[in-house]
Amino acid sequence: MTKKVNVSLQINGDTYDREIEARLLLSDFIRHEAGLTGTHVGCEHGICGSCTVLMDGLPVRACLTFAVQAAGNAIETVESLAEDGRLNGLQNAFWENQGLQCGFCTPGILMSMKAFLQDNPSPSRAEIREALSGNLCRCTGYHDIVESVVAAAAATARTAD
Amino acid sequence: MKPAAFDYHRATSIEHACDLLGREGDDAKILAGGQSLIAAMNFRLARPKVLIDVSHIENRNRIDERPAGIEIAATTTQRYAERHPALGRRLPVLAEAITHIAHFQIRNKGTVGGSIVNADPASELPALSLLLDAEFSLQSAAGRQVVPAEEFFITYMTTMLQPDEMLASILFKDPPAGSGWGFHEVARRAGDFALAGSSTVIGLDDAGRCAHARVVLFGVAATPVRAPEAEAVLLGQAGSAELFSAAARMVQNAIDPESDVHVTAQYRRDVAEVLTVRALRDAFDRALVTA
Repeated sequence: MTKKVNVSLQINGDTYDREIEARLLLSDFIRHEAGLTGTHVGCEHGICGSCTVLMDGLPVRACLTFAVQAAGNAIETVESLAEDGRLNGLQNAFWENQGLQCGFCTPGILMSMKAFLQDNPSPSRAEIREALSGNLCRCTGYHDIVESVVAAAAATARTAD
Repeated sequence: MKPAAFDYHRATSIEHACDLLGREGDDAKILAGGQSLIAAMNFRLARPKVLIDVSHIENRNRIDERPAGIEIAATTTQRYAERHPALGRRLPVLAEAITHIAHFQIRNKGTVGGSIVNADPASELPALSLLLDAEFSLQSAAGRQVVPAEEFFITYMTTMLQPDEMLASILFKDPPAGSGWGFHEVARRAGDFALAGSSTVIGLDDAGRCAHARVVLFGVAATPVRAPEAEAVLLGQAGSAELFSAAARMVQNAIDPESDVHVTAQYRRDVAEVLTVRALRDAFDRALVTA
């Protein structure tokens, strides 16, 4: 019988106290222990980016992190984006510009782009493509994802004026 | 669950981690960023019985400017290092090389020391440690020893690090004042491991002739490799297209690439030479005549 450890994780401002095996990945904790199934699991070795979440504000691969390591860090998942049950500006830009088809990669892309746009609020298309290179999409060909990020940046700039 | 079971220890300091390593010995692995280790564990290619997590030690991100260069704590994330102003100012080739490691989501967790100890021959930081004459501080419960980068790498994913030791910090040394640098790699997609790469540092004398030369390649042998014969061709010479080609030809004697699912060994040889020409051209262009 594998030894279990007690952990307390902060996800989207809520505390989840659980007894888990140390080998439980953060991605599996988020989905199976916290029940937050917006975080998707694709390759489980850090390549596809669909499990990307924010850890203390920085995007990381939840599949390359053990849940036990995340105790003490603030985790944010795609469920944290909506405001009062309505899509936030970034999500709305993807909605308006059809920045998704099947949607499997979208949660990871949104979390990557949230941090990217905070760092670089008015990026060029080339910078957006570079920032998207760690998130694979098999449907769209990326064009409409890039346009969604452009639109999200523009909308934020308008709000700030 | 994908990884095999293990016992988890969270270290509070390097000393604490070394005590734990000394006690657990061969069965224990240091977990820093985990960006290679956890992937290998998910495939059960690695099955450590004990993990010692150093990602929560105090001051895990630490960069100190020293007279001889820049000292980086091994636990420092690659993303923190790449954005640190001291790197951009004093060792821009290092800052540039780090941006080629995977994607920013990986660099947010991946560490400078982890990449070096992992010793993937296609990775950037082992090569940069040769290029910048780095010194590695290896720590165990018994004490500390300093090892030059050129003695550290043995073969694929294998270094001289002992089971009870961990890499504590790396001193990347300044090249001579006014030196220029070049860094080029080829990968199929942004963020992939390099199929081949070349890095150079060139210093010029007051007549514009090469007085210091370092040429280091990666992805083309079992470890990163210096190309001393290429360096010898450069010394005492002024930069020219003919010189860069003649020097780059000599890297063929230093490298020993393999064919794999991605490309052939001959492709790696051809690309290594072309990238070296480009890296030398950039380095000579960036180097200042110092007098």
